[in-house]
Amino acid sequence: MPNEKPVFSAAGVSRVFGHGKKAVTALDNVSFHIADQEIVSLVGGSGCGKSVLAKIMLGLITPTAGQFLYRGNPIGDAREHWREVQPVFQDPFSCFNQFFSIRSQLKASFGILNTRPSRREMEERVDHALRAVNIEPPEIEGKYPFELSGGQMQRMLLARIFALRPRVLIADEPTSMVDACVRANILDYLMKLKEELGMTIVFITHDIGLAYYVSDRIFIMHHGRIVEHGPPDRVTMHPENEHTVKLLDDIPSIHKDWLSRTNVSRKPGAVH
Amino acid sequence: MKIFLNLLKTPAFCIGFGLFVATILVAALFPLFYEVDISTRVGLPYMHPSRDHWLGTDHLGLDMVSLLVHGLRASLYVGFLAGIIATVTGTLLGMYAGFKGGLIDDIITMITNLFIVIPPFVVLVLISSSLKEGRSLALIGLIIGCTSWSWTARAVRAQASSLKSRDHIALARVNGYRTFGIVVLHILPYLLSYVFMVFILQTATGILSEASISMIGLGPYDTISLGTILNQAMRNEALGDGVWWAFMPATILITVTVFALYVINTSMEGVFNPRLRK
Amino acid sequence: MPIFEVDNLHLHYLTRFKDRIHAVSGVSFAMEKGEVFGIAGESGCGKSTLVNGCMGLFIPPLYPTSGEVRVAGESIMGRTPDDVRRNVLGRKVAMIPQGAFNSLNPTRKIKDLAADMIASHENGANRSEIYERLRERFARIGMQADTVLNAFPIELTAGMRQRCVIAISTLLDPQMVIADEPTSALDVTTQKSVIRMIFDLLDKGIFSTMIFITHELPLLRHVAGRIAVMYAGQFVEVGTTEQVVFDPRHPYTQALMGAMLSAEPGQKQKKPVAIEGAPPNLALPIHGCRFAERCPVARADCVSTEQEIRTVAGREVRCAYAE
Repeated sequence: MPNEKPVFSAAGVSRVFGHGKKAVTALDNVSFHIADQEIVSLVGGSGCGKSVLAKIMLGLITPTAGQFLYRGNPIGDAREHWREVQPVFQDPFSCFNQFFSIRSQLKASFGILNTRPSRREMEERVDHALRAVNIEPPEIEGKYPFELSGGQMQRMLLARIFALRPRVLIADEPTSMVDACVRANILDYLMKLKEELGMTIVFITHDIGLAYYVSDRIFIMHHGRIVEHGPPDRVTMHPENEHTVKLLDDIPSIHKDWLSRTNVSRKPGAVH
Repeated sequence: MKIFLNLLKTPAFCIGFGLFVATILVAALFPLFYEVDISTRVGLPYMHPSRDHWLGTDHLGLDMVSLLVHGLRASLYVGFLAGIIATVTGTLLGMYAGFKGGLIDDIITMITNLFIVIPPFVVLVLISSSLKEGRSLALIGLIIGCTSWSWTARAVRAQASSLKSRDHIALARVNGYRTFGIVVLHILPYLLSYVFMVFILQTATGILSEASISMIGLGPYDTISLGTILNQAMRNEALGDGVWWAFMPATILITVTVFALYVINTSMEGVFNPRLRK
Repeated sequence: MPIFEVDNLHLHYLTRFKDRIHAVSGVSFAMEKGEVFGIAGESGCGKSTLVNGCMGLFIPPLYPTSGEVRVAGESIMGRTPDDVRRNVLGRKVAMIPQGAFNSLNPTRKIKDLAADMIASHENGANRSEIYERLRERFARIGMQADTVLNAFPIELTAGMRQRCVIAISTLLDPQMVIADEPTSALDVTTQKSVIRMIFDLLDKGIFSTMIFITHELPLLRHVAGRIAVMYAGQFVEVGTTEQVVFDPRHPYTQALMGAMLSAEPGQKQKKPVAIEGAPPNLALPIHGCRFAERCPVARADCVSTEQEIRTVAGREVRCAYAE
């Protein structure tokens, strides 16, 4: 049964870095609610504030103004918060300690829980999580992070989430460092996390195409503000804000004209 | 184990390691074949090398080979002692400062800088000359160790603070590790190869420092080291009298030991990169 | 005569323990002046190794095994790295790397970095004269010359840094430009502006011929006139953009296209299919088709028969069963 209170609710949240003349406003008066079991995408270019918002959701930084609540309460102890809210980072290669086997590191993630599951249950949960991301446990048995490819490593980060089963997942650009042909996989696993484990997911990306594919709602961010939000079909098919239009325009898509060069002295496709 | 096998494929390492093992074997096993005795006069002062006494005798008529074996043991002991103290102190302080940051970092960095600008050898001389009575080998090792950790601390601090912002540390944090666990499990392993190389270097420095301090007459009172052998040779003007066996063998032993350690240190650099471990 | 030619190029790495990794095995292509040639492939397929080969830049542990690279008919193989840096890079072949942060020395201003580039090729050039030329060039390619030239790399945004890298590497009007994932580290908006700049340089005639390397096929569709798809050190399909993107024939190209996502009406129902498995280990000898293990339509003899490149529907395909 979905929780009554929204998972995250923000009212006038701002975050300013530095002070005086050098102050930079990374988040500017942002308000929203994210409901239980929703997949919300934060979409925007670099410096739009999406990563800052993600860090606030993870309890890594606090807003300088406004009220930010997790299930109706302010975020207090970070470790307490991480029992329920867990991240997937951008660069899978730098996320694992190269001196320990992958499996032992997946098991180590249970350390955040108040009561650690029994040894057998941990092994079972890790095996189950690996299968959930299409990897047979023997494939990574005794392997170290540098022996896997980028796509496999990113799946390991997701396997960690499948094993740990937090209530909320903050996925910060999980697809930007992997090959285009592996991206579809990563998105499938995000949807599986929601469907099978009832997870609430905040997906951060600069590619509105990816957001369109997985989200229930899309927040378009620009200069620290949420400039447009709504269901993916509405936002992508009938964008209202100029920044949304631009984000849509900037994705190189196979079927539409992308560069639309005015000065067509020679087309890019002028061959031989 | 794999690292060690890979190291053995590096010729420079084999030479250094071979030499160093040889010196340790000499120090440890020589008494089994040779009657090592440094308290009995076996002949006249400065006897030439002979079949009974391979490297002759010293100014008191003690057997030179026995003295050298004894001295080598003392030098290795002092080197390891100083190396361990300097490396452990430097690494712990550096990691803690680098990882914690803030005020703790500032304080430790200040202390480190203080120790860097004080020349260790001068401190060594001052402390040694003020300790007339209880100047033991262990104390000399301790002093050397306590005055030479500063560069290690500084280098380790720099590396730890750059590791701190890496994603795997962030992941360890959300995995529930606390500072101690993160430092030991997620920072130390990345520095271990460096720390080990530093340890080798510190040991070599320890051996050299002890030899230098002993040579100028501020060495340990309780035992014979390679440095004190040189000191005796110098005081009795063996150099001018052409008594080469009083100083040459000790000099060569020091050089070989320190050289071996330096070669080990440099040859490890490439192999210790874990990415090449496949 | 083609302006750039790669002829049956084989390249290998030597590991510390003297094992050979055959990163590029038998790549051949030729480019006419004015052409933009795209190379697509997953990470680890040998794209970046091929780039070094195309510049004739062999820094151990990378070594040429066999083959030729010719710029305007003249071979650039068999030179020392120093010789390559002085006589090939910048003038004959220019390289636009991926991470602008790694390629710009953070302690120097853009104008000094750019001036170094000129000074290293023109002995005894006057510094203030060089600055003047830089100002002209930067203004000509639409950059705010005065602000950009006097900035340190850290003061610029990622997109601006990458533009500076492009401006600097093409300063000497190279005959040939190789762009190795020039936009992969950028967000979509910045990516587009950087691509625009590259084409602006093409339009202005700063350079005319380019190899563009990326793992994003949709991007190549807009950038390249001809595309080669690379897998495990070999080209598996080479054809015009139309052929490769809209009518792929090699199972790997088809799989790549099937894995693409896009935000267009009706696309949400279309399930992208990722390619399972991993490419073969190039340190071991490979028998048969390199893609056989992951190929959805592999047949029994694929694992044993080496695949030759052949012409199918007007393009080259390395698959005996492609139609």
